[in-house]
Amino acid sequence: MLTFTIRRLILAVPTLLFISLVIFLLLELAPGDPMAQVPLTVPPEVKEKMRLALGLGEPVHIRFWKWLVQFFWIEPQVLLDHYFGTTFSEGDLRVISWQTRSPVMDIVVQRLPQTLWVVGTAYVVAILIALPIGIYSAYRQYSWFDQMGTFVSMVGFSVPPFFSGVLVIVIFSVQLGWFPSIYDTTLVVDSWDSFVKQLQQMIMPVMVLALQITAQLSRFMRASMLDNLNQDYVRTARAKGLSEYIVVMVHVLRNSMIPVVTVIALGIPSIFGGAIITEQVFKVNGIGQLLIGAIQANDLPMVQTLTFIFAVLIVLFNLIADVLYGILDPRIRYD
Amino acid sequence: MTDAAKQEPLQHSNAQQEADRPTRSQWRDVWDQFKSHRGALAGGMLFLLICVGVIFGPLVYWNDAQYLPTGRDFIKLRDMRPVYHGLWDPSAKMNWAYPLGTDNLGRDTLARLMFGGRVSLAVGIAAMVLALLLGSLVGVLSGYFKKLDGLLMRLTDLFLALPLLPMILVAAVLFRESLSKSIGPEGGVFVLIVCLIGITSWMPTARIVRGDVLAIKEREFVLAARSIGTKPGKIISRHILPNVLSPIMVSATLGIATAIITESALSFLGFGFPPDFPTWGRLLNDAVDRMTLFPERVLWPGILISLTVLSVNYLGDGLRDALDPRIRGR
Repeated sequence: MLTFTIRRLILAVPTLLFISLVIFLLLELAPGDPMAQVPLTVPPEVKEKMRLALGLGEPVHIRFWKWLVQFFWIEPQVLLDHYFGTTFSEGDLRVISWQTRSPVMDIVVQRLPQTLWVVGTAYVVAILIALPIGIYSAYRQYSWFDQMGTFVSMVGFSVPPFFSGVLVIVIFSVQLGWFPSIYDTTLVVDSWDSFVKQLQQMIMPVMVLALQITAQLSRFMRASMLDNLNQDYVRTARAKGLSEYIVVMVHVLRNSMIPVVTVIALGIPSIFGGAIITEQVFKVNGIGQLLIGAIQANDLPMVQTLTFIFAVLIVLFNLIADVLYGILDPRIRYD
Repeated sequence: MTDAAKQEPLQHSNAQQEADRPTRSQWRDVWDQFKSHRGALAGGMLFLLICVGVIFGPLVYWNDAQYLPTGRDFIKLRDMRPVYHGLWDPSAKMNWAYPLGTDNLGRDTLARLMFGGRVSLAVGIAAMVLALLLGSLVGVLSGYFKKLDGLLMRLTDLFLALPLLPMILVAAVLFRESLSKSIGPEGGVFVLIVCLIGITSWMPTARIVRGDVLAIKEREFVLAARSIGTKPGKIISRHILPNVLSPIMVSATLGIATAIITESALSFLGFGFPPDFPTWGRLLNDAVDRMTLFPERVLWPGILISLTVLSVNYLGDGLRDALDPRIRGR
């Protein structure tokens, strides 16, 4: 198991390097001009100087190398300095955003909490809803509850978040006036009232996101339970007189959770980056909105860094899911 | 079956009946199984209905989607409510000539919905075809030729590890200008979006097809074909492709659904077609700013997107059951 993990970790390095190269080249090949927003009255030679100041004068491979050094060598040092008060990174150039002229990672760190709160809560809520639904609809297969669950998850698959989000805004904040339609990130939770406010503004984005995740997870849970419910060991457990609750909730559930846990792990990268549309609908200024803004402003270092962070998370959680699968299921041996 | 039939008279008569029945083609069986899945049948009908409405609707409907009223017409025609609005608010501005009302520039909503549906469905189907071609090609090549397998599967893994939505957004912005210049604003965006969705959604198809090809390649009929000297190209096209058709068809239907959703998401975020060129996502995006006053403008495109995707998903579900010989006939 350990050798497998180490081998996968080592294999992840070239994968990630290659992905970062793909992203870099995509941005490089694109015909967009970062100077397009500069007024036409600025003379060409000044424009050329501005280009050089942004670091655009160098050839492609040197710029790629510089980005790699900044991202993998200097940024971790900044993190160390931040936590331990050391001065490793003094005087080093960090990845600078073209929009704000401040380090990209600082902005990302500012935006991350909002995304984590909203999307993370949605993920937890979705898991808490999806697992019981999946278990019960598998246990009573083809009952009305199961049919209902199938239909609801089909709807959850089909209704895109930009419609369900707008729909709940129309119903709950326009018609009924229960919840605010815009997420207020400046709200400080320090009293009961502000806590209630926070809950009110979180409830709609969280539920919209949770509907989608629930739809997927409950189907997985159901299929996995169905696979296990017909196995011989279930009959044995019933035959030796165990109560139905123990049979289902202990014997079957534990075995059915194996694939579901890996699916949950595979979905975690989307907590950090996937809620782009929902954040846009509810005006949550998280990572997703940061990316949209950066793309619209042609802020290439920001786009490059954000996209690469998403890629790192996807690769990392793929690896974690594989390792988890091996740990949870003793039948699977990778060596 | 025949051995058992000889021994027991009851089974014999069963077998006799089986033999007397006229032979049925495989597709007849598939259709029978498909019919028994009520959701799939309803989904198929609905999808067909939407397609017909969107394709032939503009031919019989009297208002033009692109017509932009000016002067007094503009004041007269703008912000018309749908006719059913009169049920609870008879004083609202409405006209039977504009069944679903008009937008803030006086353009007819129903005509724009039908036109937008054409674009959305065309993007969905074209992107699906592209993804399917790429996916089947990669799947068949890596399943059939052992040398290519490692390379192509690493490529598939790589694509699966890419953060796709951000990349699509980035590419949609960066390549828009140059493509618009060479093909024209609408055509350029159409080609761009179809290519982007196609290139980023072939991986599941490739994996499924590869798995099936790997299994079928070892079967006797392929060995027989090879032993009489059939070339690999012919083996693939005559013996392997027909047998992996069912997973390809299922992922085709599901591919339409994801392609429509991705296109609408792009348009919704403002990275899709130009503003005067309606698609369902674009209409939804335009209407969001005024949804407090005119909620129906948000509802109709949203409902149409959701219904289309829902019907396609049910269709795919039913097709999967119908094309699976293990489930069929039960």
